Amino acid sequence: MNVQLPNLLEDALGGGGQKGGGRVVLIEDCVETSGAFVLHHFLKRSLSPNSSDAVVFLSFSQPFSHYDRILRKMGCNLVVQRDNKRLLFFDMQMLDSVGREEEKTSEDLLLALYEKVHKAVEICLSPPRNITIIIDDVSLLEVAANCLSNIVLDFLHYCYSLTAEFGCSLITLNHEDIYSSLDKPSLLLQMEYHADVVIKAEPLSTGLATDVHGQLTVLDKGLGGCFINSGKIRNFQFRIKDNQVEYFYPGSRT
Amino acid sequence: MEKEEFVENIVCVVDFLRLCGWFTNCCILCTGVDKIDTGTVISMAVNKPRGSSFSRNFTAASNTISQIPGLKHGPNGTMFLSSGIPDLDKILGGGFTLGSLVMVMEDPEAPHHMLLIRNFMSQGLVHNQPLLYASPAKDPRGFLGTLPSPMFSKDEKSRDRDAEQEKGLRIAWQYKKYFGEQNSEFQRDGKSEYCNDFDLRKPLERHFYSGQQIDCIRLQDSADLTTFHDRCSSFLSQTPRNDRNITCAGRIAIQSLGAPQCDFSDKECDMLSFIRSLKGTVRSSNAVAVITYPPSLVSPSFSKRLQHLADTLVSVKAIPDEDKEMAKLLTGYQDMVGLLSVHKVARINTQVPTILEATTFSMKLQKRRSLILECLNQAPIDGSSGSSYASSGSCSGSSKTGALDF
Repeated sequence: MNVQLPNLLEDALGGGGQKGGGRVVLIEDCVETSGAFVLHHFLKRSLSPNSSDAVVFLSFSQPFSHYDRILRKMGCNLVVQRDNKRLLFFDMQMLDSVGREEEKTSEDLLLALYEKVHKAVEICLSPPRNITIIIDDVSLLEVAANCLSNIVLDFLHYCYSLTAEFGCSLITLNHEDIYSSLDKPSLLLQMEYHADVVIKAEPLSTGLATDVHGQLTVLDKGLGGCFINSGKIRNFQFRIKDNQVEYFYPGSRT
Repeated sequence: MEKEEFVENIVCVVDFLRLCGWFTNCCILCTGVDKIDTGTVISMAVNKPRGSSFSRNFTAASNTISQIPGLKHGPNGTMFLSSGIPDLDKILGGGFTLGSLVMVMEDPEAPHHMLLIRNFMSQGLVHNQPLLYASPAKDPRGFLGTLPSPMFSKDEKSRDRDAEQEKGLRIAWQYKKYFGEQNSEFQRDGKSEYCNDFDLRKPLERHFYSGQQIDCIRLQDSADLTTFHDRCSSFLSQTPRNDRNITCAGRIAIQSLGAPQCDFSDKECDMLSFIRSLKGTVRSSNAVAVITYPPSLVSPSFSKRLQHLADTLVSVKAIPDEDKEMAKLLTGYQDMVGLLSVHKVARINTQVPTILEATTFSMKLQKRRSLILECLNQAPIDGSSGSSYASSGSCSGSSKTGALDF
């Protein structure tokens, strides 16, 4: 058996995550290195058996079965959690085609979506507990909203207000490289501004390797009430496996 | 080995097997360890099935699926569909994943992406699968006339390959290359119906088209993407996802989406939402969609968005005919027609990325007929640098003799 490695991501996030309520986390990735595994990590952490947290999951990129398979390998059964009402999963892959039939504007569409999220949060709150809202891929939310990033920003602002109102955490994933060619990527900049923690997944500059899949940069602004980590940038590398992700400092792997 | 030590080892094995759940009633073994007859344990262990207990048993499912040509099981409950190029299938770990969206980034100056699309569609015709082809060309039906024909004289070919391999000595300076060859030979013999080799010079015979349902769509006709989208959805509704019985797998190929001939080429957002919903529909049906687009003709952020939407991302590039420097650097440069890079391999139902040994491959036409992909190989260093070895040798030699002199 191998020795349990310290989870550097957990350390960087301020340990344990017990007092992690009300935080806004932004995950940025690029074509070469997907940051989806960080989302899975958060999903697993929120649904761990020794907490009673609930998750509201808006998926624009993958169907439920995809997450179910991945999380099952990590030791978390999403179907059971969904039946227990600890996971409220919204499959948004077909969102726009539904909206188009009903002749709705994309603004109405996102308003309706927010209504749904709000309702879901209220349902989850019936025993008071920490709620995590996860949005898989804001760039696809943007596409669903007809590429009107202002509407998306409005939607996100509403979601930020939920974090203040109910103490929810908001975890979003976005792709950094989409915006790198734009003059003023207001969507990404504002998302970065609002985030308490920014996690960037990047490929290694030396190219891909089989035992190091990329590096994570965690910037904790320390706004979540935890001042120990404030403003600290942590950088480490990772290797993704089916049941876990190994984190290690650069060069510490033999 | 001492007998006690041996028995101890056996006990460990028994414990391990018990953990694996192989023995249900081995409590007897564990309690009566010292009296145990080592012979029986060994024979019991040998009698057990040899495959690892951790691997999933596909036999039940594959009985129904093996009847459907052109599909095979992949990891994590996925299915593979052949890309029509045996080497590409091998590179991607088995083929295109069913339900995935494959993006091909075109070379603006050369039609290499058509090689991929032609083989992909031809393979579909050979397997009798429903096809949908959309193109900005004036006559999309004309594309069907350019499809290559499969090479059926497989035994003959593999035999002459064997002969080729056996003749005389060969210098084994690229071991990996030879290993790959042998493996592929083995695979081709075993799964000959999964993926065919195509003869690019011979057009597909008539009888493959008969009784086929091939939708050909002219992208120039559709002013906006809604009608096109509806046709794609109705096409995909023929092959709904039903895990119990996969009857057939559909193939969609869209050539040069976003090319300036299309009316909607300036509406990048419409195209994005079209691809997004296409991706959703493809994922919920038994089909693979291959979309090619010209990255140089669209805005960089649009291109990046498409790359993110893709499950599998591939780019093709032509190489200049007479680039003397490249010809020196790479072996077999004369036979190359282009380069193919794999940027992303579909990651459905898993979070583990597939890291390939090499990402760039050379596209070659073997005997001017079939398309093969090979790793790039650096050419052996020619005369001038060869002499440097010699000179360094002589140098050390001279220094040695010098040492002896003194």
